[in-house]
Amino acid sequence: MKRIALLGMPNTGKSTLFNRMTGGAARVGNWPGITVELLSGKILLGDDMVEIIDLPGIYDLHGYSDDEQVVRHFLHDNVPDLALVILNTTQIERQMSLLLQLKLLDINLVVMLNMADEAKKYGISVDVAKMSALLGLPIFMLSAKYGGGYPEAMQAVTRALRYPTPGMAEHLRSQLEQDRHIEAEMARVLKHTVQVPARLSDRLTEKLDSVLMHPWLGLPIFFAVMYLLFQGIFIFGQPLQTGIAAALTWLRESALVPLLASLPHAVQGLLLDGIYNGVATVAAFVPIIILFFLFMAMIEDSGYLSRAAFLMDALMAKLGLDGRGFVMLLMGFGCNVPALMGTRVMRSRAMRLLTMLVIPFSLCSARLQVFIFFTAALFSPGAAPVVLFSLYLFSFATAILTALIFKNRFKNSEPFVLELPPYRFPTLRQMVLRGWLEVRHFLRRASKFIIAGVVMVWLLTHLPLSAVPAGPGTLAGMIGGALQPLFAPIGINQQLTIALIFGFIAKEIVIGALAVIYGLNGAALGSAIGQQLDWVQAYSFMLFTLLYTPCLATVATLQSESKQTRFTLLSLAWSLGLAWLVSLAFYQGARALGY
Amino acid sequence: MLPGDIATIVSIHAEEALHLRLLALGFRNGKQIELIRKASFSGPLQVRVGTTDVILRRAEAARIRVQKT
Repeated sequence: MKRIALLGMPNTGKSTLFNRMTGGAARVGNWPGITVELLSGKILLGDDMVEIIDLPGIYDLHGYSDDEQVVRHFLHDNVPDLALVILNTTQIERQMSLLLQLKLLDINLVVMLNMADEAKKYGISVDVAKMSALLGLPIFMLSAKYGGGYPEAMQAVTRALRYPTPGMAEHLRSQLEQDRHIEAEMARVLKHTVQVPARLSDRLTEKLDSVLMHPWLGLPIFFAVMYLLFQGIFIFGQPLQTGIAAALTWLRESALVPLLASLPHAVQGLLLDGIYNGVATVAAFVPIIILFFLFMAMIEDSGYLSRAAFLMDALMAKLGLDGRGFVMLLMGFGCNVPALMGTRVMRSRAMRLLTMLVIPFSLCSARLQVFIFFTAALFSPGAAPVVLFSLYLFSFATAILTALIFKNRFKNSEPFVLELPPYRFPTLRQMVLRGWLEVRHFLRRASKFIIAGVVMVWLLTHLPLSAVPAGPGTLAGMIGGALQPLFAPIGINQQLTIALIFGFIAKEIVIGALAVIYGLNGAALGSAIGQQLDWVQAYSFMLFTLLYTPCLATVATLQSESKQTRFTLLSLAWSLGLAWLVSLAFYQGARALGY
Repeated sequence: MLPGDIATIVSIHAEEALHLRLLALGFRNGKQIELIRKASFSGPLQVRVGTTDVILRRAEAARIRVQKT
C-alpha cells in the first residue's frame, strides 16, 4: 500500500486536513525508528487504498525538538511515496523554508497552501501557477477547514502517487550547510509570486487581545473563562453521567440479574459486581471526556490556550511548567483523566511528563464527594467549609511541591518561543470529531485495565467466599490488618483501610464501600463514623484520600499516555509516599499538640 | 523597547536549538520586529515579525540584539 505523509509547521491546519481526508477514521499506530505513536488512516484514492500519516508539526527539518527528531527518524526509516506539504498561506514568507528543505530530500512532493480563506481576508495574493513553475512542484490553494480547493488538490495527489519516489531520505543532517542557499532561493520565489500587504490588519484579533491579554484584566478574565468551562463541563456532564448510570442499572436489574439467576451466587457476584461494574466505571467517564474535549477544542483551536500560556508563564516558569500546564492542572480539579489526556498539547516530552506527575494532586470532583460526606459527619456546619477549603489548599501546595521537587528530573529543553495564532473559531465538525477521537482512544487504551482492576478488588473483598464481604475475614481485610502497623500511626483503622483499597478503583465508591463495611447507610453511616472517629483521624483520612492514587482510570491514563511503566510506577509511589508522610505529619503533630 | 516600538534585528546570539526555532519563526538579521505587549510579573513578551505573532520569554528575547528605528 502506498503511503502519504502530511508535513508542515505547527498551526498550519495539518490535522484539519488529515481529518478531512480520513473522515475521522484514524487509528494510532507505532512506526519503526520512533517511539511516539502517530495517527494514520486508510482511504481510497483513485482506484487504490493509500495510507495517510499525520506527522507532528515541525519548524525545521534539522531542529532539535522532540517532534523534529520524530519526523526526521520517521522519514529516514519509512520513506513515504508522497509527502503532502501543508503551508499556512498567511505566513508563507517564512514557512517556505521548510518546503525548500524538504525539496532537497528528493521525495515526491505536493504542496498545499492552506488557509486560503484567511489569506484572502488579509489581502495576501499568491501566484500559484508561477510559484509552481519556479519550484517545479505541484502547488494548490486550499481551505482545509471549509473544504475549498479540496477536490482539485486530491486529484493532484492521486496523480502524483502514480510516480515512484525518486530519491531516499538519506543523509538528512549533512544538508544542514545548504541553509544559506535556501534563504536566497526563498527570497527569489517569494519576490516573484507572493504579495503581502505592508501591515497585516486583523482588527478583531487585536481588539480581542487588547482585552483578553490586558496587563490587569487578562488574568481575572482567564480565571473566569476557566471557571465557566469547569462549570459547563459539570452542568452538562453530571446529568449525562447520571443518565448512563441509570441506564446501566436498569439493564442490570431487568436483564442481567434474571438471566444470571440460575448461576451460583459467587459467579453472579463476579460477573455483576466485578466485570459489569468495571464496564460501568469506564462508561461513567465517557460523557466527561467528550465534553472536556469539545471545550478543549474550542479553547485550543481558537488560539486562547496560547494566550493562557502567555498570561500564566511568569508563575509557571518557576515551577518548570508552562501556562498550558496550568490550564490542565485546573481542569484536573474536575477530573484528572481528561486533564492528563489534554497534556498532549505540550510538545516537549519532559514538560509533559512533569505536568502529568502534578495533575493527580488536583482535588477532583470524585474526591470532593468523600470530603463532603466526612466533613458533614464530623465537623460543625460552620467549620465544614473551612475544612474543605483547607483541603483545596493542600491540593495546590502538593502540586507545587511536586513540580519543584521533580522539575530538575524532567528538565524541559525546548525554548519557550511560541507562535500566537489569530483567533479562529473551530467548526462544530472539528469539535465533535475531537471529542469522539479522544473517547475512542480512552476506551481502547484504558478500559481493559480498569475492568481488570475492578474485578481484582471484587475478588480481594469477597475471597474467601466463607467470609462476610468486605469484612475482616476477606483478603482485603487481611491486607488491611497486615497494613495496620503502617496505617495506625496515621490514625486510619482497619475498616477505613479496606475503604482505601476500594478507593483505589475510584473515589466515588469509597462511601459505598464504607456502607458495606459498616453495614449502614446514609445518615446512620455518618453518625456511626462520627462516633468512632475524632476529627484528627477523619482529617488524616481525608488528607490520605486526597493525595494517594486518585483512581484506576487515572493510573490507566498515566500509563497509556506516558507509555512508560517506570513513570507510572514513579507517580504511584510518589503519591502514596507523599500521602503517608503528610498524613503522618498531620496526625502525629495534632496529637502532640494535645488534640 | 516599549510596547508599540519597532526595531531592526542586528544579530541573534543563541545556541543552535533556539537559533533554528527563531529562524523558522521568521527572526532573521535585518528584519523588523514590533513589540506588541509584555506580560505582567516579568512574564513573556509578544512580538510581531512579518506576519507572525510570537511569544517568548525575556531570557530568550535577550539573545536577540536589535536597533531601534
